[in-house]
Amino acid sequence: MTTTLTPPPVDVSRELYGAQLPTWGPRAVIAAGLLGAAAAYAVGANLLEAALVAWLICMVLPLWSAAVEGRRKATDRLVTTLVTSAFALAMFPLFSILWTVISKGSKVLSAEFFTYSMRNVVGEGGGIYHALVGTLLITGAAAVISIPIGIFAAIYLVEYAEGNRLSRWIRFLVDVMTGIPSIVAGLFAYALFVLFFGEGVRMGIGGSVALSVLMIPILVRSTEEMLKLVPNELREASYALGVPKWRTVAKVVLPTSLAGIVTGITLSIARVIGETAPLLIIVGTTDSVNFNLFNGRMASLPVFAFASQRNPGIPPQFSIDRAWGAALVLLVIVMLLNLIARLVSYFFSPKGER
Amino acid sequence: MAKSIDVSDLNIYYGDFLAVEDVTIPIAAKSVTAFIGPSGCGKSTFLRSLNRMHEVIRGARVEGKVLIDGQDLYGADMDPVNVRRMIGMVFQRPNPFPTMSIYDNVLAGQKLNSKRMKKTEADDIVERSLRSAGLWAEVKERLDRPGSGLSGGQQQRLCIARAISVEPEILLMDEPCSALDPISTSVIEDLIHELKSQYTIVIVTHNMQQAARVSDETAFFNLSGVGKPGRLIEHGRTETIFSNPTDSATEAYIQGRFG
Ligand SMILES: Nc1ncnc2c1ncn2[C@@H]1O[C@H](COP(=O)(O)OP(=O)(O)O)[C@@H](O)[C@H]1O
Ligand SMILES: [Mg+2]
Repeated sequence: MTTTLTPPPVDVSRELYGAQLPTWGPRAVIAAGLLGAAAAYAVGANLLEAALVAWLICMVLPLWSAAVEGRRKATDRLVTTLVTSAFALAMFPLFSILWTVISKGSKVLSAEFFTYSMRNVVGEGGGIYHALVGTLLITGAAAVISIPIGIFAAIYLVEYAEGNRLSRWIRFLVDVMTGIPSIVAGLFAYALFVLFFGEGVRMGIGGSVALSVLMIPILVRSTEEMLKLVPNELREASYALGVPKWRTVAKVVLPTSLAGIVTGITLSIARVIGETAPLLIIVGTTDSVNFNLFNGRMASLPVFAFASQRNPGIPPQFSIDRAWGAALVLLVIVMLLNLIARLVSYFFSPKGER
Repeated sequence: MAKSIDVSDLNIYYGDFLAVEDVTIPIAAKSVTAFIGPSGCGKSTFLRSLNRMHEVIRGARVEGKVLIDGQDLYGADMDPVNVRRMIGMVFQRPNPFPTMSIYDNVLAGQKLNSKRMKKTEADDIVERSLRSAGLWAEVKERLDRPGSGLSGGQQQRLCIARAISVEPEILLMDEPCSALDPISTSVIEDLIHELKSQYTIVIVTHNMQQAARVSDETAFFNLSGVGKPGRLIEHGRTETIFSNPTDSATEAYIQGRFG
């Protein structure tokens, strides 16, 4: 009789190595999901249903993992899948908008579209030159008004107020102003200008004032955050060299936070450049080019797009195409502004060892 | 050039909190004085009250007298900005200006105050200050590079160069070596020895050997209890304080038995 020694059972929870899905596992599941979606689409499901099929197939991954790897890793895979799905869901409207605007707007783009106004144009042809000029002038003037006010207010709050009661009130009001509906800003500007110029006033600068009302709180907030990021040690280093406070603010604090402040400015411009409602009220629109902010109606891209699809004329197609074109140009401008903001923060931030 | 400091009955507050109580100490011109003591006993607070940096903090104030060569530092007609031009300061953490080159960092005192200078004059000041700070050889090839690209020890010496380029009469240093390696530390100690011939130097340190090596006079601060204000326990020649202290707490602290 021989006795065989049986090895003691392995305590799985104390093993360093555990069973694992192959590294190609997740990729394979995603590929299967895409294939499933394609198949569903081929047999007549719509896009939404196909996406749902893909998602359901992806949920196989946590189940598979639970069978092979055990509970902890399965939970990890489940949460990873859910978070990634939420991200994809959030991206969906973005890409959908981009796709729609580009596909519908790109066909009217031409040299004529950028260099002609709509003066005496009926039907085909014409362009957005007047609206482009209007948008740039109105938003530019809004920036000229808001940038100094916003930055000086933020400097007051961070460098001078030291948490006194006035600063708490300003901060509260700025927060409230951040949430002001743009139509209210437009009505405010209109009411203000009626005081000086009477009922029915239409002026580009009025639109700039309305946009400033929307821009200033954003600017104050973003600049404030940037100024707070400047380490106190730098201020103290400057004071210790016998530099007065105002010079310290102007020459140490502002340059150190310049990149962040300029980024904030650019983003706030991007935020208001597409505003329609306030401009509709106080600026109106027109078919001709108007370079004068202080006299009469001006066209702007968002109002142009709105008006073109509201009163398209006969046949309507040309006008609606132009509206999509204007929307595309506006979208590109906003994207450029965001790109500029990134470049600015890359090139202007203080450089250490890079 | 260098000036003496005479402190009498100085109380230092943060708002209502009395942080340092009743300090009286004379500090001779062209000497090195070391402040030692456990953390939180008010060494930094006291040091900052010597160039009116203390009042930069909201609610902070002092009572008592500080005389600089007989002039009342807290007199009504004293301008704190001018005081700080005369009494330079080096901080615990090196803090070069990140937006400025090495060259501009050295000249920061002049540039931030928009002082006009000829290029040759500016070059002279930069070279002289960097040489005194023992940094010239290491950075003369890259004066236009950002100051924040230097190592910690180099940054601290850059801050010292920046402080002495405005030719102060007194130099205050708050634990200038606490973030540095032993080699950078000994470079800075040598530097203190050299600077002593021109400046009155006050240095806060946690390092007993350093205090013994660099200082002529030593002052020991201590807390009388938790939440109580810090006090100056005793001061005198460094040899005396280290070999034959009057107070038992001083002896215990120096021998490393507490703090
Ligand atoms: N900015 C400040 N506001 C209020 N209290 C402070 C401030 N800085 C320091 N203190 C207090 O003052 C006392 C002395 O601190 P400090 O001078 O930094 O001590 P040390 O430099 O000797 O370690 C401590 O009790 C500390 O909590
Ligand atoms: Mg300290």
